[in-house]
Amino acid sequence: MSTKSILNLTVNGKAYEKLVEVRMTLADFLRNELDLTGTHLGCEHGVCGACTVIMNGEAVRSCLLLAVQAEGATLETVEGLADGDQLHPLQAAFQDRHALQCGFCTPGFLMTASAFLKENPSPNDAEIREAISGNICRCTGYQPIIEAIAQAAPEVGGTDKD
Amino acid sequence: MAESYIGAPIRRREDVRFITGAGTYVDDIKLPHMVHAAILRSPHAHARILNIDTKRAEALPGVVSVFTLKDIGELDATVPIRMYKIPGLDKYLQPSLARDVVRYVGEPVAVAVAESRYLAEDALDAIDVDYEVLQEVMDVREALEDKVLVHEDNGTNLAGVHHVNIGDADKAFEEADYTRREEFRVHRFTGNPMETRGILAHFDRGKGELRVYGATKLPHLNRQTIAAFLQLPEHKCHFEENDVGGGFGIRGELYPEDFLIPFATVRLGVPVKWIEDRREHLLAANHSRQVTCELEIAARKDGTLLAVRAQIFGDMGAYVRTHGGLVPCSTAALLTGPYRIPNYEARIHCIMTNKTGMGTLRAPGRVESCFYRERMLDMMARDLDLDPVELRRKNLVKPEEIPYEIGFTRPSKHPTILDSGDYPSALRQALERFDYDEMLGRQGLREDGRYHGVGLSYFVKNTGGLEPYEGARMVVGEGGGVTVFLSIAQLGQGHETAMAQICADALGVPMDAISVFHGNTDLSPFGWGTFASRGTVMAGNAVHITALQLKDKILAAAARHLDADAASLSLEDGNIVQPGTEAPALPLGELVAHMRESIIPEQGVPELEATAYYNSDNITHTYGVHLAQVAVDPETGMLEVLKYLVVEDVGRMVNPLMVHGQTVGAAVQGIGGVVLEELVYGEGGQLLTTTFLDYLLPTSTDVPPIDDLVLEEAPSPYNPLGVKGAGEGGIVGTAGALGNAVSNALGIEVKDLPLSPDRIRAWLRARNDGSSTPPL
Repeated sequence: MSTKSILNLTVNGKAYEKLVEVRMTLADFLRNELDLTGTHLGCEHGVCGACTVIMNGEAVRSCLLLAVQAEGATLETVEGLADGDQLHPLQAAFQDRHALQCGFCTPGFLMTASAFLKENPSPNDAEIREAISGNICRCTGYQPIIEAIAQAAPEVGGTDKD
Repeated sequence: MAESYIGAPIRRREDVRFITGAGTYVDDIKLPHMVHAAILRSPHAHARILNIDTKRAEALPGVVSVFTLKDIGELDATVPIRMYKIPGLDKYLQPSLARDVVRYVGEPVAVAVAESRYLAEDALDAIDVDYEVLQEVMDVREALEDKVLVHEDNGTNLAGVHHVNIGDADKAFEEADYTRREEFRVHRFTGNPMETRGILAHFDRGKGELRVYGATKLPHLNRQTIAAFLQLPEHKCHFEENDVGGGFGIRGELYPEDFLIPFATVRLGVPVKWIEDRREHLLAANHSRQVTCELEIAARKDGTLLAVRAQIFGDMGAYVRTHGGLVPCSTAALLTGPYRIPNYEARIHCIMTNKTGMGTLRAPGRVESCFYRERMLDMMARDLDLDPVELRRKNLVKPEEIPYEIGFTRPSKHPTILDSGDYPSALRQALERFDYDEMLGRQGLREDGRYHGVGLSYFVKNTGGLEPYEGARMVVGEGGGVTVFLSIAQLGQGHETAMAQICADALGVPMDAISVFHGNTDLSPFGWGTFASRGTVMAGNAVHITALQLKDKILAAAARHLDADAASLSLEDGNIVQPGTEAPALPLGELVAHMRESIIPEQGVPELEATAYYNSDNITHTYGVHLAQVAVDPETGMLEVLKYLVVEDVGRMVNPLMVHGQTVGAAVQGIGGVVLEELVYGEGGQLLTTTFLDYLLPTSTDVPPIDDLVLEEAPSPYNPLGVKGAGEGGIVGTAGALGNAVSNALGIEVKDLPLSPDRIRAWLRARNDGSSTPPL
């Protein structure tokens, strides 16, 4: 009853060719087939944002995609955010501002914010609030996450708000 | 060296693994030959099981096993009551799989195990169950009529009653100038940690040992229970917590699945993993909060409170779970709050309905009672034409009356005693910081077309607790590194950092030299758990006293090595020094190197390690004020929280960064619960809110920035560190403050929750129909 398909894709700069069940979600593929368990599943129906990854430059919910839909795609997950031991400015700012407690939603926020800051390198607080409104955090109350993204923005984006 | 780590906003050491995706939550663990379980759940709120046929499911490819109650046989286990064992409740326990009758939508009926989670879920569709649907009962008032019985054999839905009686409330009511009676309701909602429940269990048949990953909150208690169920020796059961995606009361309690998955691995001999999905979580994990209260208040004309009487009705759902009568009983426990109310009577009713069982949610019962009391005080202030702030100030327990014994408000041999505090001071600071008088001036219909209102609530919250202990073991190793083993678990708070801070100060070593391990029953034979804001109070003090004992041992060993008097030595910043002398400092690591061969000397007592447990017979109480400013759109009924302040005195902060994080996070969680979240049951007892599209959690655009002021004016006299727990103060007052703010904005009296647009619109319609002018 299962149908499998060959999948080629690049994740965090590494190319993979894998035989996958066509009904397997992208999130399950990343977690179970590639052992990239930093991508988390909070609702499995596309609301909480914990499973957010970047596909071809765009933040997507990996629980709502099938792995086979990522054929030929370039993906970035939280595991690819740091440059070796050098934390990404967003990661450093999340720690500095205590923007996480249990850490379960954090990879999703980091990936959402990473894609957002590429679109809008110098956002104001309201824009940040809006940008992360599709990610749910139960611990922090969001405020420190907004502060962290604002703190990281100059380092990520480089330009000041006009 | 002066204490330097406690009180410093040190960045969490836990964070690095979480921000790099290197955390290890239970679903991140894979074991060889691991198989996956899925649980078949009842689609009916109340039905008799006529037949279960698993043959079709067992024949599916990749299916390893399907089991039902009859396969469990004599091992069959029920979820035990661990707290608040009100007499009678033990007749309403939940079996691991439904026994003949299902009593709520979501009740486990059968388990399928397969090579993948996908295949296990496929198998559920092929299990054939014949049900005879029965009439359900969903409302506590109806349930009290006993026309439909949730547990037929018991003959009643009133599972248990507890009575609190302090002073002579009836007499006080007879003599009072003023009385008022109101009925208040809090709706049903739940904690929803971002990580759902999950268990990975592996029974090693060769060793006869069970290892369970994903144990959280109460690893030792759950081990004790599961070992007994499975008839395994406790010491051969190892419970590991791993990283945990939030707790909030719900996660880590013992549920049917906590037995079913270990049972499956014992039966099959291979590791079995079960990861709950969100729909299951909303259907099957504990619900909370749904308590109704008929509250009466008695006072003199001048506002002096004389008495409170309450009839409290807890909607326990279909089974009484681990918390027993905790939620409704805790509603009674602090119903009188920070006020001097000499006469108090409460009757608490635990009532069964065809809903998911009730358990705790951050500040269980305390959020509810604060709402009832603080709403009633605002109503009373209006009735007596008194200023609501002055009314509260007049009745607050005064600093010189503390410790203030309220009396026996719980089913416990210990009375409730407010241990320390300056309640008027916290109120004064809250009003100043919020700019209360200025905010009051902005109440009413404003130029934005919305009604603005301000609301205040004052809370006290017990933290720590009476559960007997937490422990710590500390070992000095190579290079002077100190390893701390905790009995307590972590649900995302930051124990690894906070406990290292406490240890560093007490011991006199740099924090970087300290490693903290926790959440594994092998690290410590005994332990309780992470709930009731008790982590810092119980485990923090355990770390403190263990470190002091270890320091004495280190100094004794150093004294021998240096041929000095131990009393002349001290341990500072990782060095043994002799203050007032020219003697060179001896680094702790060098002492260890010298002692390597003789760390366990002739008498066999290890010199460089210590174990101690902290016990407590007393509860610490935090206290504080919530203030909210809201705006309500009369057209849409939409409520916006414009400004929110939490003031809480926690006695002493170990790590201000984390305390503020707890406070702000709790406040947002509280606002979400009061405004957005609701577990809604529809026709046939079906739960309608089984996704995050239906069950709305607060997001970044739903909440304002939260202001918080954490005070340290009243360290607890009950523990060496003077700490109180900081996990719940941010949530306790949310329903009270928001209920009062909306009432003040609209000129209505909010008596039930949530403050959702449809309900606000209904209240406005009723107000407009009933009178041309609002009652304000």
